[in-house]
Amino acid sequence: MSEAHRFGSGPVQAAGPWSRYLFTGAVVVLCLWVLVPIYLLLVNTLSSPEAVATYPKRALPEFDTQSLAFFMNYAGVGQALWNSIKVATVTMILSIGAGAPAGYALSRFDFRGKDTFRVLVLMTRAFPLPLLALPLAVLYIRIGLDDSILGLALVHTTLALPFAVLITFSLFSGIPIELEEAAWTLGCNRFQAFIKVILPLVLPGIAASAIFAFVISWNEVFAAAVLTIEHRTLPAFLLQGLAESPLHLKFAGGAVLVLPALLFIFLVRKYLFSMWGIANR
Amino acid sequence: MYPRSLPYLLLLPSTLFLCVFFLYPFGLVAWQAFVTDTGQFTSEFFVEMKSHWKFNTAFTNTILLALAVVPFQVCLALYMATLVNGMKRGRDLILYIWTIPLGISDLAAGIIWLAIFEQTGFLNSMMQGMGFIDQPVSLLSYQNTGMIFLAILLAEVWRATAIVLVILVAGMGLIPKEYYEAAEVFGAGRWKRFTKITLPMLKPSLQTAMILRVIMAFEVFAVVVALGGTNLPVLMGEIYTWQFDLQDANVAAAYALVILLISISCTLLIMWGLRTPKEARV
Repeated sequence: MSEAHRFGSGPVQAAGPWSRYLFTGAVVVLCLWVLVPIYLLLVNTLSSPEAVATYPKRALPEFDTQSLAFFMNYAGVGQALWNSIKVATVTMILSIGAGAPAGYALSRFDFRGKDTFRVLVLMTRAFPLPLLALPLAVLYIRIGLDDSILGLALVHTTLALPFAVLITFSLFSGIPIELEEAAWTLGCNRFQAFIKVILPLVLPGIAASAIFAFVISWNEVFAAAVLTIEHRTLPAFLLQGLAESPLHLKFAGGAVLVLPALLFIFLVRKYLFSMWGIANR
Repeated sequence: MYPRSLPYLLLLPSTLFLCVFFLYPFGLVAWQAFVTDTGQFTSEFFVEMKSHWKFNTAFTNTILLALAVVPFQVCLALYMATLVNGMKRGRDLILYIWTIPLGISDLAAGIIWLAIFEQTGFLNSMMQGMGFIDQPVSLLSYQNTGMIFLAILLAEVWRATAIVLVILVAGMGLIPKEYYEAAEVFGAGRWKRFTKITLPMLKPSLQTAMILRVIMAFEVFAVVVALGGTNLPVLMGEIYTWQFDLQDANVAAAYALVILLISISCTLLIMWGLRTPKEARV
């Protein structure tokens, strides 16, 4: 295979030096397009409250933690942060707990009703899920789940569960059934084979999809704002205060929201492609 | 080999969950929109919604935003995906950078773009630095809904193109390389290979990406609140107002049905528009 073909999976192949420059230029511009806004938020976050309100702005941060300190000590922020973590953790446990067995079943067995289940999972994508919070708000008051961590986590699990099913499905599908069969012939039963052979292999992937579920819950605003009053999560808390809070509070809040998410996405980057239920080569 | 019930047992938790927290609430929301607390069928909630002065604006704004954001996003993501595929070195790094917004919530994206667009923000500072303006301009005021619209548009494109990109890059990976080689042998240029091979072969991925994005676009909420407050009403924002501030769950449910209806019709439209004939599937 010639040099031109080796990377020829895509239709763009730089030919002359000019198209090479154009190509690099476009890539650089697009990287800046993604990174510069985040950088500007960080500049604001790492500047003193006075500097955030001054004009014109400087493009370099002062490395002053007053804004952040002010935000962290602001009444309700600590509680909201803690609520966010609790809701996201429950969401993570519920969606993996229910999703992983389903992913395993889809990848290993042929049975009647399999397609119906797949349709049910894929259908969740064609529906605006945050709307679920509306009827549930009414229902929750009746059954005493209103304004509770669990109630919100259940809605967030509806958002995260389809992803958990699809990711674990592709994880289990990537492990040859022969490995399990070998364990059976050596005397393991199905459960032992799963624990001893399959689980260690899929654990990193399961962790990634758990993190993804965490991020989905961490970032969700609408359902959180509708379903909680006293027990607000961080996004709901920030949303409620948007109209009246000073700028440096908003920016510090935004940064606290963004940074963990950035870290999480970095950790799960390898699995990004299986998250959409599409096989990755 | 295994008990026949095993797969069903494994599926049971998630099936139950989706029935209770996905199918049932959607039935419930329709019920709420049509039935009063005393159990009477009525269309009064829709009448109330329709006659509210903000409804038409909110509806138009939501549709216009979706129409402006989604096609732009799909084109940008297609371009980015072709760039990634033509990359020799650093593919993983670039892909990571471009997918960073995937982890950023709509609220955070709104706040990020607020840092740029607010009156003492970076856009004004930059324009002043370049001598275009003498003093900061109020960009996001209620007299300036065009600018608010533009800011929301940019924030949405910035935040949610990554999702389209991931789906398209994965889809492009599935196109057999032999097709491109054959096309090259017959003398097809770059553009021709893109339109005759990539685009048609990418239809299923485009379909998935567009359905996801259109539905997310109809749900636009926190970005709008962060950048425009209540100056640019959208459907989801109205739902929040009715549910939370006005404490009228029935009218909120009527709004929800409107979003549901346009979401489902768009999903069907996209499924039909980008269908792949059976004989053309790989």
